[in-house]
Amino acid sequence: MSGRAWKFGDGISTDNIAPGRYFHLRSNLPELSKHCLEDARQDFASDVTAGDFVVAGKNFGLGSSREHAPIIIKMRGIRAIIAKSFARIFFRNCINIGLPAVILDTDEIKDGDRLEIDLSGGKVIDHSIKKDMKFPPLPVEMTSILKEGGLIPFVKKYGDLRF
Amino acid sequence: MGKTLAEKIVSTHTETPAIAGESVITKVDYVFTHDASGPLVVNQLKELGSDKVFDPKRVIVFIDHAVPSPRRENSNDQKLLKIWADSLGINFHGPGTGICHQVLVERYASPNTLIVGTDSHSVMAGALASFATGMGATDVAVSMSLGKTWIRVPETLRFVLNGTLPSGVYAKDVILYIIGLLGGDGATYKAMEFSGSVVDKMEMHERLTLSNMVVEAGAKVGLIASDSNTRRYLETRGREESFLEIQPDSDAHYENTFEITATDLSPMVSFPHSVDNVRRIEEIGEVTINEVFVGSCTNARLEDLQIVASILNGRQIDSNVRLIVTPASGETYATAVKDGTISTLLDAGAVVTPSGCGACFGALGGIPADNEAIFTTTNRNFVGRTGNPSASTYLGSPATAAATALRGMISDPREVV
Repeated sequence: MSGRAWKFGDGISTDNIAPGRYFHLRSNLPELSKHCLEDARQDFASDVTAGDFVVAGKNFGLGSSREHAPIIIKMRGIRAIIAKSFARIFFRNCINIGLPAVILDTDEIKDGDRLEIDLSGGKVIDHSIKKDMKFPPLPVEMTSILKEGGLIPFVKKYGDLRF
Repeated sequence: MGKTLAEKIVSTHTETPAIAGESVITKVDYVFTHDASGPLVVNQLKELGSDKVFDPKRVIVFIDHAVPSPRRENSNDQKLLKIWADSLGINFHGPGTGICHQVLVERYASPNTLIVGTDSHSVMAGALASFATGMGATDVAVSMSLGKTWIRVPETLRFVLNGTLPSGVYAKDVILYIIGLLGGDGATYKAMEFSGSVVDKMEMHERLTLSNMVVEAGAKVGLIASDSNTRRYLETRGREESFLEIQPDSDAHYENTFEITATDLSPMVSFPHSVDNVRRIEEIGEVTINEVFVGSCTNARLEDLQIVASILNGRQIDSNVRLIVTPASGETYATAVKDGTISTLLDAGAVVTPSGCGACFGALGGIPADNEAIFTTTNRNFVGRTGNPSASTYLGSPATAAATALRGMISDPREVV
């Protein structure tokens, strides 16, 4: 099943994703998600559909540790975030909430391309340019967490942090 | 082989050896959250089915972001956190106590501790040789429940600062220079370790500014070995018993070492809209400023306020500028009232607000008008950071902020003292 690529540049911050001026909506995530990525791209939150992909350049998610940022991206139905690199806290937060974050050279992927992801096979398929792109596997801890759908289900299942 | 500061501190918290690049399960000494992420932490603990925390004395809740609460939504979040903390016997610091990171170093952090908090600037406690790092609400909820977390032990970039800081140049200028050198992702997943004669001489308030901003280069921690200055700081806090000398081994392995001659530095300014967009003040040209904000965990300590007051003393700020000062902690505020710093600032035309994160994060405390330019002593200048996506934010030291408030344009503090 393929989804649309929503293309972003380098250095998309958590302030771009979940702006501070909507601070009062942090305990109202459905409402906050309507402003998702608003300061990077106005049409994103309204036009994104379930199964789409966020595709970005370097250092995606830099800045604040606010987990609301990946949560509202996931709430808009994003299947995975594909970026050249991620900021540390944001990357962990994605995995912890069960949102795949994939590191890949995204230069060839264009806005609007139809993408598909094969997580276990480690590849992104761009149907628009008819190309398979391999990505490296996540560290074993993150693979285990993602397999259970996030850190909370992981700890509930195993009762501890053991990888 | 010897250990870096990061490897040394983590090693004392794990059952397996902590070697850079390895993942370990580590005990945590303190876990904290605040009103920006606390409700999400409480929710994740509920999802986990956890109705207690591993040790209430080692869990801390701060109300520091929406202070005083500007909206009922924020008030409800804060009420929820107060009830939750009280029900579990967790340390609770209400509005006005101060910014979490500042209160953490005043009252909790000490050498060789391991601390996680739901805020990226948790790295600030690294100035006390504490392996302190920011994580999201889910990681922190799990740490609160289990008393541990997992980390990948970071490789270390070492920064040796020698020479002498010129007059008008401060720790803020040093760290902005370093971030400009590394780029906003130049230290991602790594530890930064500061040493050299400049750091040896720095008092704690300056060291805290260095460590505070390492996350703006992507770093996991920003560590400084503990020494006689660390001991003295803890003594003034009445916590001398928590002092422990911790130094990196002389044969520790560093991924890279950067030698910086402080004598060559100038006041630095970070231009919109990324922190690593750093320029020397001599090279910036004329930049008109509408608002100056002296605040945040980075630069709103007593000494920062005193520097601003010493420059503004007996003068008036430019009539086209608003100056907003938000002390880093309630204690800072009270001391600055007693020693006359606050009245000097008020006489010069400043608005002084209650202690908290204030205008740093864009929800209250001095949001700029459309297309305005704001100069701040904070740590971030991303689009929308100050609450208005059409505003431009510049970052620099408290001294540069004071000079800028006097002239209404970004100004070299060496020209006004």
